[in-house]
Amino acid sequence: MNALHVENIATPASTAPVVVARHLRKAYKNKVALDGTTFEIPAGRIVGLIGPNGAGKTTALKALLGLIPFEGELQVMGRDPRTERDALMQDVCFIADVAVLPRWMRVREAIEFVAGVHPRFDRARCERFLANTGLKPQMRVRELSKGMIVQLHLALVMAIDARLLVLDEPTLGLDILYRKQFYQRLLEDYFDEDKTIIVTTHQVEEIEHILTDVMFIRDGRIVLESAMEDLGERYTEVLVNADSSDAARVLKPIDERNLPFGKTVMLFDANTPSGTPSGVTRAQLAALGETRVPGLADLFVAVMKGTYA
Amino acid sequence: MNAVTENRHVPVVHPTHKFRLLLRREFWEHRGGFLWAPVIAGAIILVLSVMMILVGEVAARRASADNTLVIENEHVTINGLDLGALTSKLSAEDMRQLAGAIDASLLMVAGWPLVVLTFVVFFYCIGTLYDERKDRSVLFWKSLPLSDAETVLSKAFSATVVAPVLAVGAALATMLGFLVVLSILVLAHGGNPIHLLWGLANPFGLAAQLIASIPVYALWSLPTVGWLLLCSAWSRSKPFLWAFMIPVFAGIFVSMFGFMHLFNMETGWFWQNIVARLLLGTAPLSWVQVAHFENVQHFDGPAAVVSLINPATVWSSLLTPQLWIGVLAGAAMIFAAIRLRRWRDEG
Repeated sequence: MNALHVENIATPASTAPVVVARHLRKAYKNKVALDGTTFEIPAGRIVGLIGPNGAGKTTALKALLGLIPFEGELQVMGRDPRTERDALMQDVCFIADVAVLPRWMRVREAIEFVAGVHPRFDRARCERFLANTGLKPQMRVRELSKGMIVQLHLALVMAIDARLLVLDEPTLGLDILYRKQFYQRLLEDYFDEDKTIIVTTHQVEEIEHILTDVMFIRDGRIVLESAMEDLGERYTEVLVNADSSDAARVLKPIDERNLPFGKTVMLFDANTPSGTPSGVTRAQLAALGETRVPGLADLFVAVMKGTYA
Repeated sequence: MNAVTENRHVPVVHPTHKFRLLLRREFWEHRGGFLWAPVIAGAIILVLSVMMILVGEVAARRASADNTLVIENEHVTINGLDLGALTSKLSAEDMRQLAGAIDASLLMVAGWPLVVLTFVVFFYCIGTLYDERKDRSVLFWKSLPLSDAETVLSKAFSATVVAPVLAVGAALATMLGFLVVLSILVLAHGGNPIHLLWGLANPFGLAAQLIASIPVYALWSLPTVGWLLLCSAWSRSKPFLWAFMIPVFAGIFVSMFGFMHLFNMETGWFWQNIVARLLLGTAPLSWVQVAHFENVQHFDGPAAVVSLINPATVWSSLLTPQLWIGVLAGAAMIFAAIRLRRWRDEG
């Protein structure tokens, strides 16, 4: 018994990647949702999977969760979600979007049900989370506002000691107060070094500060996969004065937008699209104007340029 | 020491009761259909009977006051004469007929919750796997460590066992209520209800027979339950139409082209053994067509109704190939429904 424990600890969860995906392919009738998608997610990270509408985000998450058939090689915590879904779901939890709690259910029934079927659900913890909300045990989901439904769902999910939590647009349609509270609770009361969270959302700015890693997906392919701290190394935003804008354009910014009073914000990539250094140096950029690390939203817009064209 | 600190993340695991919770979840969602619908049906028929008895009493009183009522022997129930004196004069054959009539009326009253059961189970099966996809709550159920097999089997079990048990419970309560009403009536007319009703008729035997017929109901309804669950898991819209139209059009097709004659069989065979088994299996007594009636002694008069649920008759259907082939077909369709629920992608 003891030996078994020691053995478990000898290989900490954080060394092996939680997700290994290679050449995932999924074609729907009219379009290819996943097209050779390849990525890895290490343990203990909060990964933002960000892409425009129809880029394959939800399809990728559904593949991870074993909800759809697909081609390619995929391991989630060493298991294939297509064939070992039942075992996998002991360690994985997900919130698909705000509307999926059954409308007839009462709050107390939801708690009783999850407590009865999930071996790692901590009822006391769930009730503690709910104590600070307006939710009462006898309330039905259909009587709750969207924000309250998400509070309930989040309390249920956070009380489950799962190793991987997948959130697909969890705050869609919520006001800013609920959205902020959602991510704050997740960070403060749930996340730790043994848990991994994958989240998709359109509100990039709001999750920027909680992410450790980011993946951009476009047309079923991962176009950018990076730790947040490495983004500043690679991408630089420069506030260029009107008189030096021609000199700046020679360095091939990947995006530019005009500000009032003749200034232009240009975004530079230290790599070329093929991955080799583009030859643009910090010093060159600093000479052009004030430099800073770009925001995720601006970077997203730059990388996804021409998506809907 | 190290082990202890790291152990913080060996998760606390507690035992689960998945199937029990899944059944409870079906009951929570369908409490109205499984429990209240049969109970209300029973209550309504009781109230109606009481009203009819009161109307009859009033009419009988007026009639006897006018002294014009001709009382025939068979119509012993409601009139203004002394029941005690009457029953003491009845012959053994009359007593048997009377007992049969009481049993039959008890069964009629008890039948209403079971009629309701037919519809409850039918619409439960056709809706359950479709509705969870439609309102996307299937994504919530699938976010929990519950296999598709466990989930679908819990639904099949709810349809074939939980709902019938509750409906039979409601039927028995209705029967008891009706007996109480009759007892009061008999008492009011100076009769002895213990002798005339509870002793003469066979309420406890009837109750036992109703309970004993539940397993036969469960097995006989399996092809219908399986077919409806399959349609519910498969169809993208209007599961009821698909479930209904496919067998009916197949039946019409077979009838039009005389397809069954190729196998030297009548077209009726197809309707009875395929179409009806897929659509009507949730009705109680629908297994009557295969049951054997050799054991029934009095297949005449009111007692015939009661003999329908004589245990020997009911259980005789367990010896027929029709029942077991149906069970196999139902199991196969439930298996298909499980596979469909596993891989159905709701874009």
